[in-house]
Amino acid sequence: MSKTEFPPSITSRPVYGELEARSGSGHLMIADAEGAEAILDLAKSADKDFWAKAHIIYIPKKTGTKYSSQLEELGAGQYYAGPSYEAAQSRIRRALQDCHMGTQVYLSGTESLMGQAMAEATAAGIPHTAIQTEHRGSTARRMQCVHCKGITEDVTTDPFECSHCGLSLFVRDHYSRRLAAFQGVRVDAEDPGNIPEKVELFK
Amino acid sequence: MSAGTAKLNVTVAEVKPINDLVTRFKFVRTGGGDLPTFSGGAHTVVEMQDGDITRLNAYSLMSNPADRGAYTISVRRDDQGRGGSRFMHSQVKEGMEMVISNPVNLFSLDLRAKKHLMLAGGIGITPFMAQMHQLSMMGGNFELHYSVRTASLGTYAKELAERYPGKVHIYHDDQKEAIDLKTLLANQPLGTHVYVCGPKGMINWVHSTAGEMGWPREAVHSEEFLAPASGKPFEVKCAVSNKIVQVGEHQSLLEALEAAGIDAPYLCRGGACGQCETNVIGYDGKFLHYDHWLTDEQKAGGKHIMPCVSRFEGKTLVLDR
Repeated sequence: MSKTEFPPSITSRPVYGELEARSGSGHLMIADAEGAEAILDLAKSADKDFWAKAHIIYIPKKTGTKYSSQLEELGAGQYYAGPSYEAAQSRIRRALQDCHMGTQVYLSGTESLMGQAMAEATAAGIPHTAIQTEHRGSTARRMQCVHCKGITEDVTTDPFECSHCGLSLFVRDHYSRRLAAFQGVRVDAEDPGNIPEKVELFK
Repeated sequence: MSAGTAKLNVTVAEVKPINDLVTRFKFVRTGGGDLPTFSGGAHTVVEMQDGDITRLNAYSLMSNPADRGAYTISVRRDDQGRGGSRFMHSQVKEGMEMVISNPVNLFSLDLRAKKHLMLAGGIGITPFMAQMHQLSMMGGNFELHYSVRTASLGTYAKELAERYPGKVHIYHDDQKEAIDLKTLLANQPLGTHVYVCGPKGMINWVHSTAGEMGWPREAVHSEEFLAPASGKPFEVKCAVSNKIVQVGEHQSLLEALEAAGIDAPYLCRGGACGQCETNVIGYDGKFLHYDHWLTDEQKAGGKHIMPCVSRFEGKTLVLDR
């Protein structure tokens, strides 16, 4: 899947752009799965000396080794591939701790990855408007149950069952930058038991 | 009419020459009582009755924002200027009653910053003095780099270095000292915001260098008050009030509107805040846009003008006032 088009929505819903190489003292690139394609596309126009200052943190997920060797061949100063966002998180935090103002942050792939990495980068002091993002791959959502506060990853249907408390939740476009999650609200709150059929909205 | 709403009646409590060019003024509330609170970086617009002319100049408040007993400003005398600073230096005496605006802040600290890097040139030091008071009370992390012409013209340089040991760096032009901006910007921890107040060249230098080095625009703050430029006299038709107003050589369009009794909005009077933006109904001639507010597109579009600093040359100008 290439550049994703999302239907117009409320202002809370994040929008994404296209990555472009910008001048900076360093380049921290965090991607998952098909997000690698955005970095490879950027590589077509980036200067050669761009990569010496780059640090790529990549989580292949289901794409396995499809992109990892191409990413590695870009010759980034540091390249890391890991099994999950959770596994990469301490590395992301450390990378942000070590870099200085002027470092550019590039995020690509799923909304879950971009949202969580965005929260880390803003907490480290980068204004969110200065962080580049590009959506690639799955549109599955990271959802927070507003009732039990549990997070359910990779939600593809509406409604869906909260993986923590089991309630059937309606998928909203209402998004929290702090939690990096969309909000899920009990679908049968007014009429308990009346749960509409699941529709696969996200892939 | 200022959007800063109510005015404050104040009495000059102290007039203190600091060096050959700069004099400090202290205002207390006439009749006693507290002044409104403000935040570091705020300015006040001082009204000066200079004969028939009312001059309105914005000056940064430099006193401790926590001290509501008095406001202090420092005024650098500009002998080539339009006369406001000369009036302050020559006419304002202790005990005199004056009118100033409520404080307005167009250069506030971004308190999300993990560190505040302040770059001052000359009299541009004043807003930072209030900000440093504010930050030191909050335990905030800051660093000042202050460029002065000579030690004797280094307004408050010595006292700041004593007040904030280790945080204040002074650069003397006459000793060929200069801020090493690239090195300074390259070594700032993530979450640093940079603030610059000084001459136009310095402000542009900081914006362009930071931009080239990849600093986010949101992390670079500046304040420069423009004095309205003089220029050829021109005439303006005001469609709403149905008046024809003559703008003099050394008068701003805003001042001319005010002199004609037209209630035009303003705040900073220096091309920075956007409050006085006025719609142009028609024109035949060319605009001389001097403000920092309108985008280049708007400046080219001929539909807007900032009367506080910008001028016009040509046959006719019709404004929505």
